[in-house]
Amino acid sequence: MSAIVNDVYFLSEPDVAAARLPLEKLAECFADAHPLLSADQAHIEASRCYFCYDAPCITACPTAIDIPGFIRALSTGNLAGAGQKIFESNILGGACARVCPTEILCEGACVRNAQQSKPVEIGALQRVATDAAMARAAASGKHPFQRAAATGRRVAVVGAGPAGLACAHELAKSGHEVDLFDAKPKPGGLNEYGIAAYKMADAFAAREVEFVLSIGGIKMIPNQALGRELDLGTLRRDYEAVFLGIGQAGVNALSIPGEELTGVMDAVRFIEILRQSKDKSDVKVGRHVVVIGGGNTAIDAAVQAKRLGAELVTLVYRRGREDMPATSVEQDWALVNGVAFRHWAAPVAIEGDGAARAVRFARTELVDGRLALGEDGFILRADMVLKAVGQSLDVFDADALPKIGRGRILVNPETLETSLPGVFAGGDCIVGQDLTVQAVADGKRAALGINAFLEGKANG
Amino acid sequence: MADLRINFAGIKAPNPFWLASAPPTDKAYNVERAFAAGWGGVVWKTLGEDPPVVNVSSRYGGVAYNGQRLMGMNNIELITDRPLQVNLDEIKQVKRNWPDRAVVVSLMVPCDEESWKRILPLVEETGADGIELNFGCPHGMSERGMGSAVGQVPNYVEMVTRWCKHYSRMPVIVKLTPNITDILKPAQAARRGGADAVSLINTIQSIAGVDLDNMVPLPAVDGLGTHGGYCGPAVKPIALRMVGEIARNMPQLPISGIGGVSNWRDAAEFLALGAGSVQVCTAAMHYGFRIVDDMISGLSNWMDEKGYARIEDLTGRAVQKFVHWEDLNLAWKTIASINPQACIGCGLCHIACEDTAHQAIRLHEGGEKKFYEVIDEDCVGCNLCSHVCPVDDCITMQSQPTVEHLTWKHHPNNPMRVPAEAAP
Repeated sequence: MSAIVNDVYFLSEPDVAAARLPLEKLAECFADAHPLLSADQAHIEASRCYFCYDAPCITACPTAIDIPGFIRALSTGNLAGAGQKIFESNILGGACARVCPTEILCEGACVRNAQQSKPVEIGALQRVATDAAMARAAASGKHPFQRAAATGRRVAVVGAGPAGLACAHELAKSGHEVDLFDAKPKPGGLNEYGIAAYKMADAFAAREVEFVLSIGGIKMIPNQALGRELDLGTLRRDYEAVFLGIGQAGVNALSIPGEELTGVMDAVRFIEILRQSKDKSDVKVGRHVVVIGGGNTAIDAAVQAKRLGAELVTLVYRRGREDMPATSVEQDWALVNGVAFRHWAAPVAIEGDGAARAVRFARTELVDGRLALGEDGFILRADMVLKAVGQSLDVFDADALPKIGRGRILVNPETLETSLPGVFAGGDCIVGQDLTVQAVADGKRAALGINAFLEGKANG
Repeated sequence: MADLRINFAGIKAPNPFWLASAPPTDKAYNVERAFAAGWGGVVWKTLGEDPPVVNVSSRYGGVAYNGQRLMGMNNIELITDRPLQVNLDEIKQVKRNWPDRAVVVSLMVPCDEESWKRILPLVEETGADGIELNFGCPHGMSERGMGSAVGQVPNYVEMVTRWCKHYSRMPVIVKLTPNITDILKPAQAARRGGADAVSLINTIQSIAGVDLDNMVPLPAVDGLGTHGGYCGPAVKPIALRMVGEIARNMPQLPISGIGGVSNWRDAAEFLALGAGSVQVCTAAMHYGFRIVDDMISGLSNWMDEKGYARIEDLTGRAVQKFVHWEDLNLAWKTIASINPQACIGCGLCHIACEDTAHQAIRLHEGGEKKFYEVIDEDCVGCNLCSHVCPVDDCITMQSQPTVEHLTWKHHPNNPMRVPAEAAP
């Protein structure tokens, strides 16, 4: 490989380093990107809500939170009522307030869009209500819900991400005993490991898990992975029902030459390292970073790489901007943070001698509606390559598995029961929007399915 | 360019916007600033006898609505707490500095002839353009037999007005209290006593709110509350009615309209219902004297647009159309119409009609856009939907073709009806 390729000058060795920025700058870059509204801001914003009847925002929310109801409660100073209304529909309302792509959900449906192209900031208001309610619960030691009388039934929930937590909470509320397993050392799933740090600042994910578990009746058992320490057959024997909220733990490969080079990394792994780092000063990042992919993971990786001090971060997506799975708000956020976008290009090789130095791209185009590689391309310098081209179900324990279709566990859409009686599933491991709020909705729906199943068992 | 000059009961001013007798007109400093900002006149904060009254600390209670401050305000301040001579000297100086502006002096002394006889020449000596008798103050002073304690007894109103006309050559404006059953009674009494004009409304007895943490009415003074006088945008409809009532019954009596006037549009409404000048307080206390700038240009532009050359062309324009209920045409019908393009689908019209009115608005079925529609045959034309709709001009009221004209006076359901042929 020549020392000069196209217009890129290779003047030094591959440059991957930690602590590119001073500690205080890192702290600033990874602090809460959208801080809590002040009481005044919340009051003004709440007064913009029309308190619609049959409100479109409720319909747009997978967990059907009574949004006009909680905002009205906020505006009258009934903070306790506001929080309660949210948690009745969505016990992870605090996480959703932070990570929901509200622009395609509640805020996208707000009638204020039609009137003034500016929806009520529902997410920010939800955070005001849930933060206050969670703080009150933490201070008083009182969980907002009481459990029903003990049923003596035992349910296993596998995966302590949003789906598993929501399911476990609803089951505990119904009076069942829940064992909640997770493959990782900490519960929380993607909220703990997979979302940009500035969206979940101040150990929020851990605090929220603590809040959810404070209902009682849920035993958290970490470091237990299905197919590793757990097998489904044993779980089905030991518990009356099982919920699988195992997400998509597998990561798709690029399948191009050079993928094994040092400096090439899965974006989810990069984000996980960042999230688990205390002050981010030990997280290595390249001087030139190329992120491949167009979803929210790609955006989270690219922006965080930039905020760690990378000089140039380029996000390359094989189709156009409008085709990116990341929402326009996420895309704008990346652009504002100085991430460069390149569209209509796919990687064909990562080049380097032991360590990555550049990525070779071919231009892409649509031929008869199918994506095809064009003749020419370009080369981008890259000390670090972050792959974010999708995740997949980590297939385990093939014999005992419920039926899978198109890489997802198949379920009855009403009850979320799988092909195996008494085994339910929800969240990213089933078909649907891969969103925290959808996972919560699934977890709750599955819990209701489990309740019905257990009742059927008792009566049958 | 419309001519905004007025001659109100013999008092001339370059425009009809006066500051009401209140804290903004308590001292020369404020009044000088007001005149520099462009106000046409002031009614100096009420003078009383020495020794001056003492005011409390904590004087106002505010009422907000849906995050909007000062929809209403109440106050428990009394009349001026400065020595009489200080005020008289300042009034004299201000009038000398601003000869083209109206300087009216508000007065309140005990209800005996001697007191009034004593103070009137002192005021006249300042060169003030007129006096306003404060028969309206509803708190504090009324406990001492002054203010609204006088204004609520028509005989006293007449008596004091007569003294003032007798002992002074100045035009006398009688300021009326709304805390009374029939506003015509004190207005007629004032006229009998020789009043040159009336001004109304003074503030309405009120409690601004209750501090629920300390269980004390607001505003609170050292843990206790008392009732005050309510003013601001919230009282405007009450004031408009009272002004209109006097205007249609006493067409020759000049009226200075007061009560929630915040902008030129409010002022135009008071003028239309019979006022010859308006007085402002809360809006100035909320935003400062600079609001008069838009009042002047807004009223002037609007008058140009409508072809009104002078204020007196406008005064009373709507009075003839302010009738009694029995004069309304019961055969006339209007119904609501929702513009589907403008509808944002909030459903407020539907739920208002469904829960609290006539079940005449339903969700439009089919089509991509969610919108509501009126069931014409069930709509009684009450206007409720058009008021709750947050979108301007989305719900409009459409008057229906009417051939008949039928008032309650002639309606068959009225046992006391006048036969049609017997009607004049």
